[in-house]
Amino acid sequence: MIADQRRWERFTPQERLLRFTFYLVAVAAFMVSVQTVDVIPEFLYDAPEQVVDLFARMWPMDWKYYPKSVHEALIETLHIASLGTILSLALALPVGILAARNVVPVAAINQLAKLILVSSRSVNSLVWALLFVAIFGPGALAGTLAIAFRSIGFVGKLFGEALEEAQRGPVEALTAAGAPWPSVFLKAYWPQVQPAFWSIALFRWDINIRESAVLGLVGAGGIGVALDTALTLLYWDQVAVVLLTIFAVVILAEIIVTTIRSRII
Amino acid sequence: MNSAPALPAASRENPFPVRWTTRAVWIGLGLYVIYAAARLELTWERFVFGLGNGGRFLARMVPPDFTKMDLLWKGLSESLEIAVIATVFGVILSLPVGLAASRNLMPVWATWPARAFIALCRSFHPVIVAILFVKAVGFGAIAGILALIVASVGFIAKLFAEAIEEISLKQVEAVRATGASFMNVIFMAVVPQVLARFTGFATYQLDSNLRNSTMVGIVGGGGIGSTLFTAFQKFDYDFVLTILLAIIAIIFVGEILAGWIRRTFQ
Amino acid sequence: MTASGATNGAATNGSGQAGSAGTRSLSIRGLTKEYRRGTPVLKGITLDVAGQGITAIIGPSGTGKSTLIRCINRLVEPTEGEIWFQGIDLARLRGKALREARRRIGMVFQEYNLVERLSVMENLLCGRLGYVSPVRAWLRRFAQADIDRAFELLDIVGLKGFAGQRADALSGGQRQRVGIARAVMQRPDLLLADEPTSSLDPKTSVEIMELMADLTARNDIPVVLNIHNVELAKRFAVRIVGMAGGHVVFDGPPGDLRDEHLKQIYGGEGWLE
Repeated sequence: MIADQRRWERFTPQERLLRFTFYLVAVAAFMVSVQTVDVIPEFLYDAPEQVVDLFARMWPMDWKYYPKSVHEALIETLHIASLGTILSLALALPVGILAARNVVPVAAINQLAKLILVSSRSVNSLVWALLFVAIFGPGALAGTLAIAFRSIGFVGKLFGEALEEAQRGPVEALTAAGAPWPSVFLKAYWPQVQPAFWSIALFRWDINIRESAVLGLVGAGGIGVALDTALTLLYWDQVAVVLLTIFAVVILAEIIVTTIRSRII
Repeated sequence: MNSAPALPAASRENPFPVRWTTRAVWIGLGLYVIYAAARLELTWERFVFGLGNGGRFLARMVPPDFTKMDLLWKGLSESLEIAVIATVFGVILSLPVGLAASRNLMPVWATWPARAFIALCRSFHPVIVAILFVKAVGFGAIAGILALIVASVGFIAKLFAEAIEEISLKQVEAVRATGASFMNVIFMAVVPQVLARFTGFATYQLDSNLRNSTMVGIVGGGGIGSTLFTAFQKFDYDFVLTILLAIIAIIFVGEILAGWIRRTFQ
Repeated sequence: MTASGATNGAATNGSGQAGSAGTRSLSIRGLTKEYRRGTPVLKGITLDVAGQGITAIIGPSGTGKSTLIRCINRLVEPTEGEIWFQGIDLARLRGKALREARRRIGMVFQEYNLVERLSVMENLLCGRLGYVSPVRAWLRRFAQADIDRAFELLDIVGLKGFAGQRADALSGGQRQRVGIARAVMQRPDLLLADEPTSSLDPKTSVEIMELMADLTARNDIPVVLNIHNVELAKRFAVRIVGMAGGHVVFDGPPGDLRDEHLKQIYGGEGWLE
């Protein structure tokens, strides 16, 4: 007995089995992936040359391309991102409310709302853009809707979670006072989740700036169109200008978001 | 018009400045929406016209086409492979980078370059990175893998660093006081505190790489994205729906798996 | 090593140097610490601690007791001064030499500072981390002798059967027992304790002090601790050091500590009634 107690092991046999299974599955998945994935090693050998070639073609950059095509497209991108975010907020608000179990205590509705949110997140913004280009034709409308529909899942999920974390006290107080449902929401829930809501909106806007920059590759408007044109024509010096522009805007957006956030919170 | 029963003092002290700024924000947003919609020429007629178009589009999508299962499976399995490989390498790379970027354990000369590297990885969309890698290593899965590794590092190295910055330094201090070496402090005082969150991030990244692998295919990075893009170009909308359903199903299964992994590692 | 613990084997303990109480004494010379330039917390402390028994530092909050303790094992970097221990100036050590010095100095914390998500056993084995390679630490391949010793210490501190429990499942008193056991696991030549009882209730405080006094006496480890509770200090310490305003204002055996000293240390007198 005593000898047995002196042996020390970190995990119970059950835990060890679980962990072992996980490691086994992970390693197996990785090995199988590496072996079956279609990689042509010959392509890798000249990668360094290709990279050098890429940079050689990018330099010097074709600055004239910026006023000619990039600037307009950049402004369009910013509008797509902002408008798409605002639209997604409007769409995500009701879905998020329906997904919050404490606000709408009907399990079936919660599940339906969660299904909508997961579907929105599972489909990529680029795929959403493909769909909307097929429906509305190429242009900013498809891009804006793609951004909005991709963001519903993100905003709705986080907003629903924020609602579920809201404190019961104010809600009970207003319900007890006989307030109708809209008043309860506006006066009891909204004040509690408002900071979270704006913070989520800012966070998503930042992401959407990045996302909207590539939508043009499938014809959904914005700076991606300029990128696509330059890429198809293999004008790498123009590609470099577009990339640098995107880089600058993304950094700027992040700085703006961080400043606003630190101001609000 | 006040919520006094619940928050008496607080709501009486500062209602006015807050309400004014919020109101201004709302009005500003409304004006902006009108302006931007006009700027992008988003008109109601176009929208209605599109809706009619959308009806026809949806009609062509259903019923989904289940005849090309081999093509679907080929694309899906490649996407899965890309996601798994990219996640493994992404996580392995993110561990040292994230550690180097954590300001509570590392000196400035380490955090600064690490943070710059993370920022660089984050600032470009995976699709753009994929375009560059397609140029460097050619079409196919390898470009997709490399692009997603970059995206993974940009995302989880940052989260790793933040998780490390939130740990309790008291526990670290106690282990340091025993004369433990730096690596021992990491293994026995830092890792236990962050392991659960790290597995959370890593499983989330697998999920996210799976979703993004559909995307890098569109620019030639291999996987189901290529299949999807081809189907779009050939107007095979019923096959497009099949692919989309398959992707959503995989993401669902992935989320269940991720939950299981997280429970195993608490 | 059990044998040496039982026979008070000061001579065989330590790291191979000629062992006597003398090598375990601590000598602090002109120690100054400024967190902000120009506002020193410690103002040139000079203090010699003999290599046996408990030395208790008392004084009001914010007077630098904790800083003084933490300067000794360099959790806080001293601004000026020397700290001599076993022929080495601790204040000047860096890198490997500092880690080797820390291995010989155990520490008990006010808030226990256990690694919350590790088991009690793993927390005890943390005391051996100065001697274990990272790979072994990662795989938890600790020497069987260390594991045996850890079980033994768990019995002594009254936590038999707790080895597999996670630290965050323990009560405050139990945590501090683990904290003490972890420090003793190091087989230290000096034990530092930073307010070891301040987070505990009065009864548990006495039990913890008794445990610490008993364990360190058994293993012949000198203790330097700072403590708020003057009664506890008088009861367990062989020597009391009173600090006020970053200076030592009293130094002597507990029996010599009078009310006027306490007035000088803590200021005022209304609280003495």
